[in-house]
Amino acid sequence: MIGIASYGVYVPLYRIKVEEIAKQWGENPANIKSGLLVEEKSVPDLDEDTATMAVEAARAAIRRANLDPKAIGAVYVGSESHPYAVKPTATIVAAAMGAPHLITAADFEFACKAGTAAIQTCMGLVALNKIKYGLAVGADVSQSSPGDALEYSAGAGGAAFVIGQDKIVAEIEEYASFTSDTPDFWRRDLQKYPVHGGRFTGEPAYFRHTIAATEALMERAGLQPTDFDFAVFHQPNGKFPLKAAKTLGFTTAQLEPGLMVTHFGNTYSASSLIGLAATLDMASSSQRILVTSFGSGAGSDAFAFRVTDLIDEVREKAPKVEEFLLSKRYLDYAAYAKHQRKIRM
Amino acid sequence: MASTAKFWREQESRYNLEGTRCSNCGSFFFPPRSLCPKCRRKGTIVPYKFKGTGEVVTYTTVYQAPRNNNRQTPYTLAIIELDEGTRMLSEVICEPAQISTGMRVRAVFRKLGEEGEKGIIYYGTKFVPA
Repeated sequence: MIGIASYGVYVPLYRIKVEEIAKQWGENPANIKSGLLVEEKSVPDLDEDTATMAVEAARAAIRRANLDPKAIGAVYVGSESHPYAVKPTATIVAAAMGAPHLITAADFEFACKAGTAAIQTCMGLVALNKIKYGLAVGADVSQSSPGDALEYSAGAGGAAFVIGQDKIVAEIEEYASFTSDTPDFWRRDLQKYPVHGGRFTGEPAYFRHTIAATEALMERAGLQPTDFDFAVFHQPNGKFPLKAAKTLGFTTAQLEPGLMVTHFGNTYSASSLIGLAATLDMASSSQRILVTSFGSGAGSDAFAFRVTDLIDEVREKAPKVEEFLLSKRYLDYAAYAKHQRKIRM
Repeated sequence: MASTAKFWREQESRYNLEGTRCSNCGSFFFPPRSLCPKCRRKGTIVPYKFKGTGEVVTYTTVYQAPRNNNRQTPYTLAIIELDEGTRMLSEVICEPAQISTGMRVRAVFRKLGEEGEKGIIYYGTKFVPA
């Protein structure tokens, strides 16, 4: 039985409200909040980046299940904001969590779904019995051009999942992926901010891939939306996952425990994974969770997780997502611009 | 390049608070020592990973920083006594008015600095209020 042996999350302390950003650009915050279903977003501290958040999430995952880091055989970090263009984030994470040197490690990049791609790679190595545990991380300090619509939602956070066959808190029953060459969002080499295709990011990109991967998963596993207790979709804003859920036949109640975008913004590679962590924080044994990520470019990975009774033994041993929701400090736009290095000196 | 190599040599200590302990007298050392100053030849030095919790002994707030840290001012440096008994200097991430002597702190992983936009990024341990 392959599945999640442990998990950990990290979201920075700082937030900026939609009203504060809208004030700078002469926009109506009520229109933006109702359009995106986002109230505020997370902002990294001055000395935080994708590597530091990935490390904090990875350490929480190790602590939650009291795992020996020496049992980790693979470390993969998915992000679109790796601190270096050339030099892996995964080596920093492996060293800072105390993993041995005899491991395989790499950075993944697939917009917002690089973390779930890392989970799939760990599943393969675990299934082949090449490693006991693999660590898959999704973490991002997402960038947005000042004044762009993306600025209201581009947040920061990290989530880490230990994948293995021993002491599983959630079994991975099935997975399915859907991939196509779709240019809905990109950032060219050496460019500071990404560019997106506006409305083109909806139907041909997010919805096509999310729905196709989820339908393929349900067909492969012989499951219906009613067979799932909870569902998590990638959360670029609040509206997209709600619409995808409705199209597929899932209810808002199934989505609610994992819908984090309203207060964290879109944490990119961590988005669906933080949603999964928040759902695991409250799920009971035998409950089934659907998770479908989406990465621009484009692709979706869908998973069916079945929670085991070991969840109650580990749940309280590391910070829950709710703790990060409650712990926050607001920034004004000037301080936010400094934190995000939008001001060049 | 010299500082890159120096940092790499100290990386395990900076990332994970890995120090040493004398198994003869029980003293803890951070940064790691290879010889116990009390026990000398009778001492046996073994690796020890500190728990990462402690309290503020004294502190100062920096308003004029070196060039690579000047975005972060004001920031607070403190002498921290780890629960094992040894002391170390570290930044404590909090508002200057928030810190006080005796305040409990815990270790976190942060950027310590970077060599400009082209150079290496240094990571390691800082502390936050516990």
